[in-house]
Formats: sequence, C-alpha cells, structure tokens
Amino acid sequence: MKMGAFGRVMFAVYVAVFFLYLLGPLAVMGVSAFNTPEYPQVWPFEGFTLNWFDALFADQDLMYGLQTSLWIGVLVVLVSVPIGLAGAIVMTQINARLRSTYYLIVVSPVLTPGIIIGISTVVFWRQLTTVTGMRFFYDGIVLTVLGQSSFISAFCMLVILARLQRFDRAQEEAALDLGASYPQVFFHILLPFLKPALFSAAILAFLSSFENYNTTTFAILSDKTLTTVLAGRVRQGSTPAISALAVIIVAATILGAIAYELWKRREDALAGHRRRAAAKAEIEEADVGFAPAPAE
Amino acid sequence: MSGTSGLAIVIGLPFAVALLFFGLAMLERRYGIATGPGFFQRNGLAIGLYLVIAVGFWAFFIIVLPQLAMVDMSFRPKLPFAQMGGPKDVFTLENYRYFLFGSTTSTASWNYLHIKAFFLTIGVSILITLFNFALCYPLAFHMAQSAAIARLRLLLLLLIIPYWVNEILRAFAFRVLLSSGGVINKLLIGAGLIGEPIDFLGADIGLYMGLSYAYLLMMIFPLYNAIESLDKNQIEAARDLGAPWWHIHAFIVMPHAKPGIASGCTLVFMLTAGALAAPLVLGGPRTLWFTPIVYDRFYQAFNWPQGAAYALILLLTCILFVLTVLKVFRLSLGEITR
Repeated sequence: MKMGAFGRVMFAVYVAVFFLYLLGPLAVMGVSAFNTPEYPQVWPFEGFTLNWFDALFADQDLMYGLQTSLWIGVLVVLVSVPIGLAGAIVMTQINARLRSTYYLIVVSPVLTPGIIIGISTVVFWRQLTTVTGMRFFYDGIVLTVLGQSSFISAFCMLVILARLQRFDRAQEEAALDLGASYPQVFFHILLPFLKPALFSAAILAFLSSFENYNTTTFAILSDKTLTTVLAGRVRQGSTPAISALAVIIVAATILGAIAYELWKRREDALAGHRRRAAAKAEIEEADVGFAPAPAE
Repeated sequence: MSGTSGLAIVIGLPFAVALLFFGLAMLERRYGIATGPGFFQRNGLAIGLYLVIAVGFWAFFIIVLPQLAMVDMSFRPKLPFAQMGGPKDVFTLENYRYFLFGSTTSTASWNYLHIKAFFLTIGVSILITLFNFALCYPLAFHMAQSAAIARLRLLLLLLIIPYWVNEILRAFAFRVLLSSGGVINKLLIGAGLIGEPIDFLGADIGLYMGLSYAYLLMMIFPLYNAIESLDKNQIEAARDLGAPWWHIHAFIVMPHAKPGIASGCTLVFMLTAGALAAPLVLGGPRTLWFTPIVYDRFYQAFNWPQGAAYALILLLTCILFVLTVLKVFRLSLGEITR
C-alpha cells in the first residue's frame, strides 16, 4: 500500500499502540519482578532485587505443580503425536463420502471450549471406571492427558497433514515394487519425510499442554499442575513471585524462538544443498549417457 | 453418574453407527462398487492396526463418548450415589429448568441472574471478537503484503514473545496494571489527574481488557496467513484502475482472506466465551460471566448434572456461532481450521 506522509505517521502510531498493548502489560509485570516491595509495583522503583525468583523456587506447591505439568506435557506428546500421525494418514486414505464426517469429528475439539472438554472427560471416565471397576484409572494425571490430547492431537494432525499432502506416492510405490514390506516403507520413507512436521507437532503439543488451564482445572481432580497452583496463588493475592515466573517463561520463549529460527535455517540450507547435489548428479548422468546432453 | 443404563446408551450408539458403516463398506467391496486396494492391503496388517486403534481410540474414547456422557448426564436428576441407576434415575429436564427459572420444579419466576450472565457473556464475546479483528487487521495486512523481510521477522518475533505466557499470567498482568494500588492508578494520582484510585476491576473494565488481550494472537496469525497468500498483483491492478483504498480492502483483500477472518473470529469468540482464568482473576464480586457459573455448579453446588447442563448450553451456543459464521461467509469447516 502506498501511503502519504500523514498516512505513514498514523500507521506508525497504530503499530506503536498495538505493541504497547501487546507487550506493555508483560513489561510492567516483568519490571515488578525485580522491584523490592511486597506488592507487584513498577513505580516508584525502590531497589533491584532477585529475591522474588528465590521466593518462586522456594514455593513447594508451585514446584510440585511444575513437575506434574512437565510430566503431563511429556505424556501428552507421547499420546498426541502418534494419534495425530494416524489421524493424518487416515485422512488421506478415507473414502471421500466419509471424509467430511470424519473431519468434523476429529477437528471439533479445536472449536470446543476447554472447560467443556475437561468436564466431559471427567464425567465419562468417572462412569466408565466405576462400572468396570477400574477405579485406579480414575486419576487426575491420566484424565488430564486424555482431555488435553483431544484437541492437541487435532493440532498435531493439522500440522502433519500439511506436510503429508506434499508427499509423493510414487516413492512409496517404487519402494514396494523393489520388494520393501509395508512397515519398511512406513519407517524408511514416510517417517523420514514427515520428520520435521513430527518435530514441530511435538513441540507444539508440549507447549500447548504446559500452558493449558481450562481443561486441566477440571480434569486434574485433586492433583495439582503449575497452572492450577498459579490460579490459586493469584486468587490469594498478588506477589511479585508470580511476575518472576512470567519473566522466566518469556525469556524461555525468546530463546526457543531464536533456536527454532536457527534450526529452520539449517534445514533450509540442507534442503538447498541436497537439491543442488541432485541436480549436479543428474547433469553428470546425462554426460556419461549415450545421448549427448541437451544443450541448455 | 447414571449407572450402566446411561453408559450402555452412550457407548452402544456410536459403536452401532461405526459397525453399520463398516458393514456398508464390506458390502460395497463384495459387490465391486468400491475399487482400489483395501485399507489393510494398502498399509499392511501392523500399520493398519495401529491406524485403526489410534484413530478409533481418539474419535470414540477421547472425543465422542465423553461428549455423549455429558449430554446424558445433563438430562438426569442429582441423586446420592446409592440411588444411581435406580427407579428415580429417569430422564428429566429439571437441570435446564433451573437455568431458566432458578428452581427445579416451579416455573413462576425467571432465573434473571444466570440468563443475564449468559447473554452478557455472548454479547461481550462478540464485541471483543470484533474489536480484536479491527485491531489486528491493519497490522496483519501490513505484515503480509508490504513489510520488508527484516522487519517482518522482527514483528513476528515480537508477536511470538507473549504467545506461551499462560492465561493466568496474562490476567495477572492486568491485575498489576489496573488494581487500585496498580501502576495505572499510581501514575494518574502521581500526575494529579485523580484524587481517588479508580476501581477498574470492580467496573469490569479490567476483565474486558484482559479478555481482549488474552486472545489477540489467535486473531492475528490466521489473518496474516490468509492475507499472505493473496497475489500482490491483484492489489496493484486494482490501484492502477483507480480503486480507492477501502475498495481494495472490501472487494479484494477481505474476500480473499475470508477463511482466515472466519477462523480468527471463531477462535477468539470460542476462547472468550469459554474463558475461565480471566473472570476468576479479574472479575469483581458482582461480575457476571457464564463460565464461572458453570464452574460453581460443579465445585460450589456439587451439582454435576446441572453443571453438565450448563456446559451443554455453552457448547450449543459455540456450535451455533460456528455454523452462523460458516453460513454467513459461505465456507466449509475445512477452510477455517487450517
């Protein structure tokens, strides 16, 4: 869009306001984590301290909740990525008339409010475990993993599906013609092709699980995760220790984003390198062939 | 909890439907209507089994059956454990009656509190959705169509920073900002603009700002992705033909970005209407929001069937919203969940 000078100034003001709204509250909270008063305050800045970080790590409940959250995150990755992979493969194979119904069912959790997923998970498993006498299965961590996996598997499926749609079936057929078995094709051709998508899906699954509150607060029953403990802490009153936690999460996000960016660039560079090598090999092959290479 | 009868219905129905489909598929194969290799021929037995079990478990035990169990429960009375599945455990509308009339038996007076909270939640969620769309659209357009690569990377990084900060912390940030001893009030008092701190949280200003803030990013990424795929030449051509800027947006960019707009709006509405953290942290004692009411049915009133009924009312509203968006924008579900 070409804009006049006035338009450009207005747009700059708008972008500034947008990012002030987006990052301002986090910045204010971040500063309050380093300020000495008991109540999170930014101004007046009475003195720099790191005590709130110590207070955070000394909070037994929060640390316990953090452990549970990490544990649940790992389990959700182990459940959601395989389910998402299967869901994506079935999506490409299911017959056309069933596809829209199947799509509607597996994508519906993405558009369902989190508390409803949490509630329905608890209601169903409470009945099922009572009737079948498997009460040991009625456990906060198990239910949270099941509840979160409903929509996180759908995220994973969509990520994997995006890459699967670019898969060349000819590779699979060539391998089968050369005598590969189905599991061999799956493990040596399909999975390596999907590796970047599986990796992205795993990271997405872990982070979505780690930050989830709505589903978790119901499904966790009497156990605790980081978000449910946090909710209790915030309701009790404001302490800068909570701000300190936000500072850690934001710092981790920035580092993660930079690492991801570097990884992606490396992948792109490798892919480019492979393409060039393949092109070179083709030219050499043409040179040693019987027919003279076509003049470019 | 409704004993075995409810569970039998909940589990039996979907499996009967699945078996029916399977039977039809077998028939098609037998009479040669279906062509091509069969599912197990194509994947081999081991991989085929993995696919069937993983997707079956997900579709039935994680998605469909829990929802059906919740629906079943919402039509049952609240009973002590011993009487479940007994003669008193019959289908009833009393939980829905309570939502409308504030009593399980009489229909004399309306349940103003809950009905008001429900409509306020829906109305405010729609307004917040529109506000977020208006706020994000210009930036999304700029990023997708005219920002240089270096600036685009910087903007994306800035947008990513708050992304994994969970809802509780987002709400807490607004509490630090807006509470009576918070930053904004201190600044205003320090500047001599006001004498008394303003009660932002009691007036629900904090709640609405916090809700809008919490899901801002859910709007901008779908919009950005959708506008990015628009060919720049179309905009150039329109401008060369003398179209004013608002024409370009109304007749070229927005129609093209329709799936992204619908996707962003649906997500923001669903998340706002179902938000629990922000009302808990930022709501005042008189705040009306529907989700905490649902939460209280379970954990204050310990009335699970009623909670299930309230949750179902919320779910139906969200489904209705999605269907309306799809109808208005003439889209399919597949287009908005990319």
